[in-house]
Amino acid sequence: MEGSLNVLGYGLATLGPAIGLGMLIGKALESMARQPEAAGMVRTTMFIGIAVVEALALLGFVLAFAL
Amino acid sequence: MTNILAAAEWGGEFDDVFVDINALFEFAPLFTVDIFGFELGINRTILIAWFMSALVAVIFLLAFRQPQVVPGKLQAIVEGIVDIVRTIVLEIIGPKGLRFVPILTTFFVAIFVLNLAKITPFMMLPPTGRVAWPLFLAVISWLIFVGVGIKEQGFFGYFGGIAFPSGVPKVLYVILTPIEIVSTLILRPFTLAVRLFANMAAGHILVVITMVIPWVFLPSMPVGWLLGVFGIVLGPVVFGFELFIIGLQAYIFTMLTAVYIDSSMEAH
Repeated sequence: MEGSLNVLGYGLATLGPAIGLGMLIGKALESMARQPEAAGMVRTTMFIGIAVVEALALLGFVLAFAL
Repeated sequence: MTNILAAAEWGGEFDDVFVDINALFEFAPLFTVDIFGFELGINRTILIAWFMSALVAVIFLLAFRQPQVVPGKLQAIVEGIVDIVRTIVLEIIGPKGLRFVPILTTFFVAIFVLNLAKITPFMMLPPTGRVAWPLFLAVISWLIFVGVGIKEQGFFGYFGGIAFPSGVPKVLYVILTPIEIVSTLILRPFTLAVRLFANMAAGHILVVITMVIPWVFLPSMPVGWLLGVFGIVLGPVVFGFELFIIGLQAYIFTMLTAVYIDSSMEAH
């Protein structure tokens, strides 16, 4: 077996953000379906939330190459 | 470890394609320019960036050189782009943020076209896939929102507001102050840069792999050519997906900068 442990590290780093993104987008869809008139506001806030959650996954991706 | 694992089983020699993954992003300087003793190497990345900037400048000049009340085709398209950013600003900051529309439009268009080089034929390389570009954009964004904060709330008002958020028990400041300072002043620009960079670098690798698969596998007759056909079918899908990512990243960068400006305009 050859390879780098970094790849495994990146795999682990995706787990948390994946769960977070699933919950976040699911809840946003739920609230958009319930109140379509608030969809614009919910979408904007959802993207901000996604950006914050995604940062963790991206740190994992970059550090897999960097370290 | 940089050989592609998928090729190992099929005896695919990817070594002559690229030995090191950095080879996808690093290019030797085509020529060097000597400015005040600094040797500036001009390579493919910077040439693409120059070309794209020139293209945007020409399009915007043509569109807004003689603005009409009833816009022509080009003017309507470019006004649509400005209107996207204007809507973002109105939603997040409100009417008092309209003076930031020009700089945010610059961010949006610059990031969009620099990313677009990733799927433009004969370029196929995003300058934002090199960390210098996202980092530079993020530093500009940082300067803007810190500058706005200092201007609106005063130096001590702004940094005091970050370090000691109101409505918190005094004991908690021991934990909260370092976290707030680091997350606002360091992690914000860092994640802005890393988000854009990582998306573009990953996208570039994905596009390269999709393009290399048919080239390597189609000639291998026994079974390998099936994978080559799969690669050809995959191509347009990957390009469409990358186009979506390109637009999304430009949108998110612009929107987050607007959010940061908004958060420094009023005290917490």
